Amino acid sequence: MSKQRPRVLAIASKGGHWTELRRIRPAFNGCEVIWACTDASIRSEVQDGRFIIVPDANRWQKLRLLVCACKVAILVLRLRPDVIVSTGAAPGYFALRFGSFIGARTLWLDSIANAEELSLSGVQASRFADLTLTQWTELGVALPPRTERDSRKVYYGGAVV
Amino acid sequence: MILVTVGSQLPFDRLIAPVAAWGRARGVKDIFFQHGGTTVNLTGFNHAAFIPPDEFGRLLDRATVVITHVGMGTILGCLERGKPILVLPRKASLGETRNEHQSASARSLEGRPGFVVAWNDRELPVLLDRLDSMQGGERISSDASPELLTAVRAFVHGTRLPRG
Repeated sequence: MSKQRPRVLAIASKGGHWTELRRIRPAFNGCEVIWACTDASIRSEVQDGRFIIVPDANRWQKLRLLVCACKVAILVLRLRPDVIVSTGAAPGYFALRFGSFIGARTLWLDSIANAEELSLSGVQASRFADLTLTQWTELGVALPPRTERDSRKVYYGGAVV
Repeated sequence: MILVTVGSQLPFDRLIAPVAAWGRARGVKDIFFQHGGTTVNLTGFNHAAFIPPDEFGRLLDRATVVITHVGMGTILGCLERGKPILVLPRKASLGETRNEHQSASARSLEGRPGFVVAWNDRELPVLLDRLDSMQGGERISSDASPELLTAVRAFVHGTRLPRG
């Protein structure tokens, strides 16, 4: 690490995705955290860092997906985070995608809601994210030391509960 | 107060309608419905299509029991507060969600103290009649498991995980 305090972009859609992201907050101690969510009223939950609103979209809303992708791309280029962490869904996926282009380290934490198969965005993110974690032992391999990881594999490294 | 909630994605009248009917039949009026846009007549009850997160948190604080689809935001909020939870999983086969992940989550959470699953529409009224006897489980921490925090922390700081 070149910097003392890594700049972390922590990004999730509202609802369960955000609740799960909030639960890993202690892992960001000692970092400069920028939180991004699709719901403005989440702002009051964020005391330790900046808060940015991003547009939401699902896979059936093609135009909104495009808007979401563009806005997130601009955000990632502007912020130049060292690390991007997302618990889903669309905005987080785009953040990881663009983040991987600018050399950010990217972590996809698939939602605990996906107990029997990885989410579609999780499957796609696992193709380029530095680390993809599931919260179900059945869906991933036990997380090995860093040097022994394969970035295309899905690992189990604990759950938000 | 009984809080009934269906999340912000899609309505879920298969849950709203029987709970409203049960409340009327049993004379239970202190029910708050977050219905996401419903065709069910909720006259006589407090209700809203959507509730902002901060207000939703206050409603959860006040609720004695929560009846919900299997939305992890709501369920985690209930577990953090030790609230009893009755869930009816949304089914993709009925167009209520995109896949059967709600049933999978419900199966994996079933058996936790204070967590009861209505697996079909017939079970729901039976379980509603047992709400009074439902007890919440122990409150869970508001943080993720130490294992996950260690893994994420190590990734964020670019250090290796301890071996072993």
